[in-house]
Amino acid sequence: MIYLDNAATTKTAPEVLEEMLPYFTECYGNPSTIYAQGSAAKKAVNRARRIIADSIGAKMEEIYFTAGGSESDNWALKAAAEAAASKGRHIVTTKIEHHAILHTCEYLETRGFEITYLDVDKAGRVSPDSVRAVIRPDTILISIMFANNEIGTIEPIEEIGAIAKEKGILFHTDAVQAFGQIPVDVDSLHIDMLSASAHKLNGPKGIGFLYIRTGVKIRSFIHGGAQERSRRAGTENVPGIVGFGAAAQRAMTRMKKKAEKETALRNYLIERFEKEVPYCFLNGHRTERLPNNANLSFRFIEGESLLIMLDMKGICASSGSACTSGSLDPSHVLLAIGLKHEDAHGSLRITLSEENTMEEMDAVVEAVKEIVARLRAMSPLYEDFIKNRQTEK
Amino acid sequence: MYSEKVMDHFQNPRNMGEIVNPSGVGTVGNAKCGDIMRIFLDIDESGIIRDVKFKTFGCGAAVATSSMATELVKGKSIAEAMQVTNKAVTEALDGLPPVKVHCSLLAEEAIHAALWDYAEKNQIVIEGLSKPKEDIHEEGEEEEY
Repeated sequence: MIYLDNAATTKTAPEVLEEMLPYFTECYGNPSTIYAQGSAAKKAVNRARRIIADSIGAKMEEIYFTAGGSESDNWALKAAAEAAASKGRHIVTTKIEHHAILHTCEYLETRGFEITYLDVDKAGRVSPDSVRAVIRPDTILISIMFANNEIGTIEPIEEIGAIAKEKGILFHTDAVQAFGQIPVDVDSLHIDMLSASAHKLNGPKGIGFLYIRTGVKIRSFIHGGAQERSRRAGTENVPGIVGFGAAAQRAMTRMKKKAEKETALRNYLIERFEKEVPYCFLNGHRTERLPNNANLSFRFIEGESLLIMLDMKGICASSGSACTSGSLDPSHVLLAIGLKHEDAHGSLRITLSEENTMEEMDAVVEAVKEIVARLRAMSPLYEDFIKNRQTEK
Repeated sequence: MYSEKVMDHFQNPRNMGEIVNPSGVGTVGNAKCGDIMRIFLDIDESGIIRDVKFKTFGCGAAVATSSMATELVKGKSIAEAMQVTNKAVTEALDGLPPVKVHCSLLAEEAIHAALWDYAEKNQIVIEGLSKPKEDIHEEGEEEEY
């Protein structure tokens, strides 16, 4: 099997799993208890909290563990909006956010908040000027993703953070795809809140965190016990937290090497596709993109068909086609960068890991070439295109 | 997700291709939803569907339903072809996931559109056949989004 869907999820690293295991069967005490077994668990939780805080330049008490990226996004938006509602009801975000942000914004609209969804350019970048232009006296929150999950484009977070700081507006970023892949520093980037998830960086599923800068007023998300400074109650997912800490440490140590290797594989892949497959193009920014992301549209074909045929060859990837999203519309991200519907349906997202090899890249290119040719032979869109081209000549 | 029959028709589509100078051709669906189906018919003097071919832009279910629909109408009379409903196509494929049922509707519509084209060319009336919905995959449609 060739696994090329690391933006969906990653394999838990064996050394991460190993660190987690004792916290299921040996050191299983509740961190809130008084006896040694419990305090050992508490120590482990705080060790992980320290690693994660260090990895983004935050303080330990600013890291709140959650069940994952979606929870962190929900918490950041709902609780910050509610806390600041007396000051204003306007929130700024983009059209290319993850659904955990977009659908939460839609919910907030039903609660009387007003949301501005900023456009992005053809490469998927938000312009800091457009952020500045829509800020109003009643703007209470700006939420803009660090890097996009579909097209890999990295947003100008530092500039946007500076604008937010200057205007005194809370700035949240969904860094689920960025954390562990590229450097993130909450102070130099002026980030007030940040969401991340462990399973995108070879950690376990079901564990994430929300960074909340000291002094930010935000309501508790889950009411109950005193865990997570009473802001997110519930007995800690100790093995998950330990795994997240181990995964974060691992990711920080190998970030540079990993990015170099993935970038080389990614560029090779993109270059071969662009050279060898007619009527295909790259989606997203050519350089300001995550090291492991390649997203291409193959015109005149549909993504789900492509994915099934790749799967039959043992290759796992994803697409922005409607059929794979479970709705009738293709990816909102691809539409936001100006793709025509049929080109959005024909997209292929490949997200690499450092375990992938050049040989695998060659195998993928060959497989895609063959499948695209086969699907185009079947495509009425391709037939029309070729016939029109002949009559134009 | 898909039945074995769907996977078989997707991997080995029957009657895929074109017919040069067809008796009738119909295209339905639209690029917005990601499904476009085109059916070519070759109908002999006695009104029997001698040959049928399809081309489809779409998901696995769209390809499989096109393939199955062509199998169900091949060698049949026009009246028999009119009886090939989306339900018949779905059943012949051992079912489709609920979100994909619209694909089978498209297959039925594509056959009807091709028969309509045949009827218009030959100035005949096919009982139970009404004018197909406009093919909306043309340029300009996308802009409204």
